[in-house]
Amino acid sequence: MPSIVRCYLKTALVMFILALGVGLVQNLGGILPFSPSSLTPVYFHLLMVGWVTQFILGVALWMLPKYSMEKPRGIQALSWAAYILLNIGLLVRAVGEPLNAYSSGLVWDWLLILSAILQWMGGILYVINAWKRVKVK
Amino acid sequence: MPRLSAWAVRLSLLYLLLGFTVGAIMLANKGIPFAPWIWRLLPAHIDFLLFGFVIQLAIGIAHWILPRYQGGSRGKETLVWGAISLLNLGIWTVSCISLFNLPGQWLVVGRLLEGTAAVLFASQAWGRIRPS
Ligand code: HEM
Repeated sequence: MPSIVRCYLKTALVMFILALGVGLVQNLGGILPFSPSSLTPVYFHLLMVGWVTQFILGVALWMLPKYSMEKPRGIQALSWAAYILLNIGLLVRAVGEPLNAYSSGLVWDWLLILSAILQWMGGILYVINAWKRVKVK
Repeated sequence: MPRLSAWAVRLSLLYLLLGFTVGAIMLANKGIPFAPWIWRLLPAHIDFLLFGFVIQLAIGIAHWILPRYQGGSRGKETLVWGAISLLNLGIWTVSCISLFNLPGQWLVVGRLLEGTAAVLFASQAWGRIRPS
């Protein structure tokens, strides 16, 4: 299994555990300095983007038809960039959401915007590289 | 990869882009609110990503890699074409409700379309799930 695929899959597993950890913290209720409901989108997206989507994207990188003999996975730098952007974007959201709920109107509101841009760019770069590998045989 | 799977996978990648775009706009709007109506995109965001991306990709890939029948046939492809078409109709029906303030009954229509897609796909894939 190529190293890029291993990175996608192993990070997905870590996000899976992280998501369930956030789910646990969310239920600590009154102990938290912010509303635990602000963690709902964090929990859900760590699960759906960090775990499910990242695992799917990793497996797709591995098993989609080869782009060419010399470059089986197309321009691999694009998939690496997507990996970094998606994960950093997701983690920035995980920090930004509770801070934003704790007190909005401050500098960390920009964290959500930064997260939005990073994840969006990650999605685009991944699709650009995967697109050419979806072919009829 | 058969033509049908290629279509389903390409569509699912397009929904990934659409869903991420809508999600990014909503997230930015949550950070610094600029248009309250953006929240009306939430049902579209959810359906684009859960049904358009995840489920459609699963259907496309399953149709490609499940064991084939003798002679290499993948069974009645028209059923899967039907499933993909109804799934997409359902996604857009559900997504348009809050965007265009359609009556709530449309949600039943959308979910029925998606449900029928599931039945069509399941009935086609069922026979291919067997010991090889
Ligand atoms: C496969 C990927 C994804 C799936 C299945 C998904 C699904 C969902 C679901 C079910 C909700 C409603 C539940 C909730 O509020 O927590 C939601 C809300 C939301 N999603 Fe996603 N999402 C995905 C990716 C993304 C991405 C990449 C972004 C941003 C770049 C995003 C931004 C949002 C925002 C801002 C909300 C509203 C959260 C709130 O209620 O405050 N989503 N998503």
